[in-house]
Amino acid sequence: MSTSVGTAAKVSSARAAAPVRPRGGLRAWATRAPLLPALVFLVAVTQLPFVATLVISLFDWNSYDPDARRFTGLSNYATVVTDPALQESVLTTMLLTASVVIVSVVLGLGLALLLDRAFFGRGFVRTLLITPFLLVPVSAALLWKHVLYNPEYGLLNGAWAWVAGLFGDTDPAQPDWISGMPLVAVEAALVWQWTPFMMLILLAGLQSRPGEMVEAARLDGANSLQIFRYLTLPHLRRYLELGVLLGSIYIVQHFDAVFTITSGGLGTANLPYTIYQTFYKAHEYGLASAAGVVVVIGTMVLATFALRVVSSLFREEANRA
Amino acid sequence: MTLRQRPSRIPVRLGAVAAVAALLAGCAGAGGGGTSGDGEALNVLMVNNPQMVQLQKLTADHFTRSTGIEVHFTVLPENEVRDKISQDFSNQAGQYDIATISNYEVPFYAKNGWLHPLDPYVAKDKAFDQDDILEPLSESLTAADGKLYAEPFYGESSFLMYRKDVFAAKGLTMPPKPTWQQVADLAAKADGAEKGMKGICLRGLPGWGEVMAPLTTVVNTMGGTWFTKDWKAQLTSPEFTRATEFYVRLVREHGEAGAAQSGYAECLNNMTQGKSAMWYDATAGAGSLEAANSPVKGRIGYVPAPVDRTESSGWLYTWAFGMQKASKKADNAWKFISWASGKEYEKLVGKQVGWSDVPAGKRSSTYADPEYRQAAAAFADVTKQAIDAADPVNPGVQPRPAAGIQFVGIPEFTDLGTKVSQEISAAIAGRKSVPEALAASQKLAEKVAEEYR
Repeated sequence: MSTSVGTAAKVSSARAAAPVRPRGGLRAWATRAPLLPALVFLVAVTQLPFVATLVISLFDWNSYDPDARRFTGLSNYATVVTDPALQESVLTTMLLTASVVIVSVVLGLGLALLLDRAFFGRGFVRTLLITPFLLVPVSAALLWKHVLYNPEYGLLNGAWAWVAGLFGDTDPAQPDWISGMPLVAVEAALVWQWTPFMMLILLAGLQSRPGEMVEAARLDGANSLQIFRYLTLPHLRRYLELGVLLGSIYIVQHFDAVFTITSGGLGTANLPYTIYQTFYKAHEYGLASAAGVVVVIGTMVLATFALRVVSSLFREEANRA
Repeated sequence: MTLRQRPSRIPVRLGAVAAVAALLAGCAGAGGGGTSGDGEALNVLMVNNPQMVQLQKLTADHFTRSTGIEVHFTVLPENEVRDKISQDFSNQAGQYDIATISNYEVPFYAKNGWLHPLDPYVAKDKAFDQDDILEPLSESLTAADGKLYAEPFYGESSFLMYRKDVFAAKGLTMPPKPTWQQVADLAAKADGAEKGMKGICLRGLPGWGEVMAPLTTVVNTMGGTWFTKDWKAQLTSPEFTRATEFYVRLVREHGEAGAAQSGYAECLNNMTQGKSAMWYDATAGAGSLEAANSPVKGRIGYVPAPVDRTESSGWLYTWAFGMQKASKKADNAWKFISWASGKEYEKLVGKQVGWSDVPAGKRSSTYADPEYRQAAAAFADVTKQAIDAADPVNPGVQPRPAAGIQFVGIPEFTDLGTKVSQEISAAIAGRKSVPEALAASQKLAEKVAEEYR
């Protein structure tokens, strides 16, 4: 894949260079031609499916009623915007993404700061901390649903019963975690998976921090808090941005935890789950495609917006500092 | 998984391009040597249930060996199978000759003209013995035009499973034909019979095939219905409300913890682990409870689905083989269906794999076979009775606009049922009242009903 991206970049630079030598048309094409297959391949695998989705989103197309398929213009988009169930899932998606990203960035930053110190067995601890991120999302979700949350045999209630037993309470409360707080339950599972990702990025940032500057600050009499506030945090700005950006993009699209833990019930259906339901349960291909396009646009807006806000905040801070 | 490419048509197309025909046809011939027999081979699309995977393993050694017909299987999860079938069948692309469909799809697949009627084959194939197929199954696989469109591979109904040992220890008696009120009283008494044991396990997980299946059978027997004959949504009717209130209260008071996330798999787990004294669910559950490694093997009693106002209330579900109308190999396709749904195949599985793995629940003869009866002694008769008693056309107290016991046989039901199930699940979790959940559901159902009026 990296080779085709590379050739595509070359192709575009060749195109950019074209106006400079307008008369060498044939020559230029001769040099371009060998690169074309890679470009065509790239367009075919990345752009055509999206174009197809765009086209399908303009049709009223229910797979169980194939004869009634017809062009309806933008009416699927109107449905997406006005359908209360879809509106709710947009809200759920925003809430889910924002809380998971913020909490895992904060936790990840804490863990990265701890791991930045030298101690015995650091490599081992680091590997352990990264493990949740390496787990397949659906198995992580199953783990949380059955091993931890389950009110009958889950570890959370089991551990609580054991602790309560130590104090002589033989019949402790056994809360039903998922029914009690469905969205928080899904978020907790996601935070657990995504904290290591944030930690990795921030740890890379911390380890690229020049040691002399910290030393100089110490000589100038800065305490640890001041060093963190005025040196470490501004230095981590780009890494935090990257973490938030990538995290948001992935969690907006997240499906496994919602599907596995609650099956979209109890107000946890996010947009990807709703699209799944529209496609597989309602068989409304047009509507599902329209909702999919909306998610892509939403992700792009969110990513751009988040990047801008975060960048400008830090820039202000840096200026003030 | 064996995802097979469709037979290559490249040689045919290239035949037209005379200049390169010789060269390229040679290449294609060399490259596609393995697919040379594909003109005769059958393509079968199946759902990935254990029984189907078993069938896949046995086909080459038995069916292909005796008939010479090669069979290529595509095995996918349930949702993807539905999706793939509707794509291939709606275009009548003919990629798959045979597909597994359930009795839910048969009415509208047949109406869309996607399926090949099987009556002519059945009439000719005496060995297949259509009369041996349990009547409700044949009925549920027959479309509105009176033609038969699929042959069952296995069938199931629902019944009540309970712990005989726990009931005996507590001095409780299970009536041979319990009513829901009796079951609710028994659940209250059996609750806490052992440490951590609940009275009953009932599904609460959202999904049209999860919580909606048992709940709809309760609605049916308590006099409710989704739609009246003239397509009026009835989800807020007193009967539907009473049934839902009953179900939700029973599972909240004496049901399993975490009910809103419990489906078939979770309840099976609870029952096996001794966390529930009763379980109302699919007859297929008995096979797992009586499996050799089950800790509750031999301790379970089985009685018909609890009733209220009707004589019986068990549901009816079957995975069946349907033939695509556009298939050019219909005769061979029937040979495969006749073999896979036939009596001999059940015997083959019984001998080669084990009698507990037989795709049962579809033929009377299965329940007369001494070897099967021995393996399924605990539940064979009550399962057959449950399937025999199911009436897919008239499951409640009023005429219905579409066939189906635990579902409404219209394409919109997967979506409607799933959305309503999320409301019910919220009520089971205590986040909504039943009237609130049903009022929201009624609006969704009314929208679907409008399209049919």
